[in-house]
Amino acid sequence: MKFLGRRLAFYLLTAWAAVTINFFIPRVMKGDPVQSLINRYQGQISTEAEHSLYVLFGLDTQESLWQQYVDYWGEILHGNFGISFTSFPTPVTEVIGDSLPWTLGLVGVATVIAVVGGSLVGILIGWRRGTWMDAILPVTTFFSSVPYFWLGLIAISVFAIWWPVLPLGGAYDGGLIPGWSWEFVSSVLEHAILPGLTIVLASISGWILGMRNMMVTVTSEDYVTVAHAKGLSERRVMFGYAARNAILPQVSGFALSLGFVVSGTLVMEMVFSYPGIGLQLFNAIGGKDYPLMQGIFLIITLAVLVANVLADVAYVLLDPRTRQEA
Amino acid sequence: MTPTAPTGVRHPASSGSQNPPVLEIRGLEVSYGYSDSAVRALRGVDLTLHQGEVLGLAGESGCGKSTLVYAATRLLPPPGIITGGEVILHGDEGPVDVLRMSDAELRATRWQDTAIVFQGAMNSLNPVHRIGRQITDAIKAHRPGWSRARRDERARELLEMVGIAAGRITAYPHELSGGMRQRVMIAMALALEPKVLIMDEPTTALDVVMQRQIVEQIVDLRDRLGFSVVFITHDVSLLVEIADRIAIMYAGEIVEQATADEVYRHPRHPYSHGLLTSFPPLHGPRRELQGIPGAPPDLQSLPSGCPFRVRCPHAMPSCARVHPELGPTALGEEQRSVACLLHDPQVRTAEGVELPASLAV
Repeated sequence: MKFLGRRLAFYLLTAWAAVTINFFIPRVMKGDPVQSLINRYQGQISTEAEHSLYVLFGLDTQESLWQQYVDYWGEILHGNFGISFTSFPTPVTEVIGDSLPWTLGLVGVATVIAVVGGSLVGILIGWRRGTWMDAILPVTTFFSSVPYFWLGLIAISVFAIWWPVLPLGGAYDGGLIPGWSWEFVSSVLEHAILPGLTIVLASISGWILGMRNMMVTVTSEDYVTVAHAKGLSERRVMFGYAARNAILPQVSGFALSLGFVVSGTLVMEMVFSYPGIGLQLFNAIGGKDYPLMQGIFLIITLAVLVANVLADVAYVLLDPRTRQEA
Repeated sequence: MTPTAPTGVRHPASSGSQNPPVLEIRGLEVSYGYSDSAVRALRGVDLTLHQGEVLGLAGESGCGKSTLVYAATRLLPPPGIITGGEVILHGDEGPVDVLRMSDAELRATRWQDTAIVFQGAMNSLNPVHRIGRQITDAIKAHRPGWSRARRDERARELLEMVGIAAGRITAYPHELSGGMRQRVMIAMALALEPKVLIMDEPTTALDVVMQRQIVEQIVDLRDRLGFSVVFITHDVSLLVEIADRIAIMYAGEIVEQATADEVYRHPRHPYSHGLLTSFPPLHGPRRELQGIPGAPPDLQSLPSGCPFRVRCPHAMPSCARVHPELGPTALGEEQRSVACLLHDPQVRTAEGVELPASLAV
């Protein structure tokens, strides 16, 4: 399809720009990662190794910038993002690979719950205005307007300290060996409850509000009145005619938020010391770990782009008007 | 105004009010909003639609035409409230009051007995569903026994009936022109062969040529299928052409009811007369265009007595005191009624006035 082709070309261009910027950022930044690494090891690294470290980090000043850029692309296409400074000599891909699943699992599932739940509640509130359900909105708005770290800390102090039913933080019980054992999985689930619920609580009001407002707009459309006049059941009118059209902006919003799932909710991972990608990024910044930062930035950028592609595809599937050649 | 003439499509088949009634509206009252600030949009409307008849409903914007049909079908959007009256539908199982039906009963009669074609041809179809699906889902809701193939077959048949190629069943609304969309709406409305077809300004958004085609098509389909039509428009010249009977509304009331021909040639209410002299006739002698001075009244603060008196060229002192009810004309014509004190002999004697010549032609 021509429309999707054009969009895809646009996204490829964006991806190229993102990678290129990613390449230049550490090169224009002040500070020398090799020197800071040598300083960290406090003389344990001999000065002969200095040059090889530069080469290893892809910062070989004896090579031209263009050659570095070409090498950089080559490495990226081979899935090699370099070596993390802070957890030297683990490759960046491995560091990201260790933390990304935690974030994806927790934040991803929480986002899906918030979107689905929020949209359903929004549909109902928008459909039956003036009932007790209208009270849901101010309550959820309250939770999303309080700062997240505060919400998280309150949740911890209530459910992990005053009434210790849930763990304080982390992704699983430290004494367990990761694996597909029931013990481990249940521990993971238990550790996910508090951070997951607080994410849902903090983000659901946006989804409710968006869906409700669209429902209110759409229910006054003529085609909804026609659907009533046709004698269709209330449920069919509500879902097949009103919600079906009102959901369109939610879909693109959802796809975009999927992109941000990858960046993790930094604050959540800090509050709950959850070993996700956000915490990793935070540590990388603290430790001047340029390769890791670059790798994470790149992953985030690509995830947002992929989510955008998904949003476009979903929109084309859901709204026939977008299939028209503009 | 459309340059259509009161000749053209006349239909002998429509004997009009001799047929038994299909829809009787009695004393229908509608308000928008509660309490003192409520706007009384309909103030006791009586209207009878007979079998096979085209009943035209005319009046200025805001006189309650659309409110009347929305209330009669219980599709009135909030804050509209039906505060009184009854709407008797003569269905297959005898007369029933639409306003007192349960939700399930109401759903069952909708589209089956009364189908509606709405004002906006552009917005009446859901942009994200194919038109075939929008036609068939009404069939599906009312004919649960029908197979999918049979429903599709019916939809194709309906499209052909309104002059659209059956292949367009898979088209989306945005792929059709405005006229075609309105035809699809008409096809959709006829899907279950309803007894009553309500058309709320179905041609307003269309150009004159398309307007004419659609109107002719409706008349033609009516002759073939025998349903009754309530046709709402502010375009009186169009009504004169297609309607059997016309009811003129003013400020939430019906002020005159008669056959189309009689309303056109011999209006009995000063307001009808004003409406008819607001557009030029294509045939017959030239006459001066007069229009109606002033603006439609604010329904929240209607004048006492007759709501039209402030704009009426024949207003008398009595008009400020007495609210006119629909009654016989001064000339005692059959099957027509008018709500004007000038037609009440007692009032005329008391006021010492004659029926103005313009209302006695």
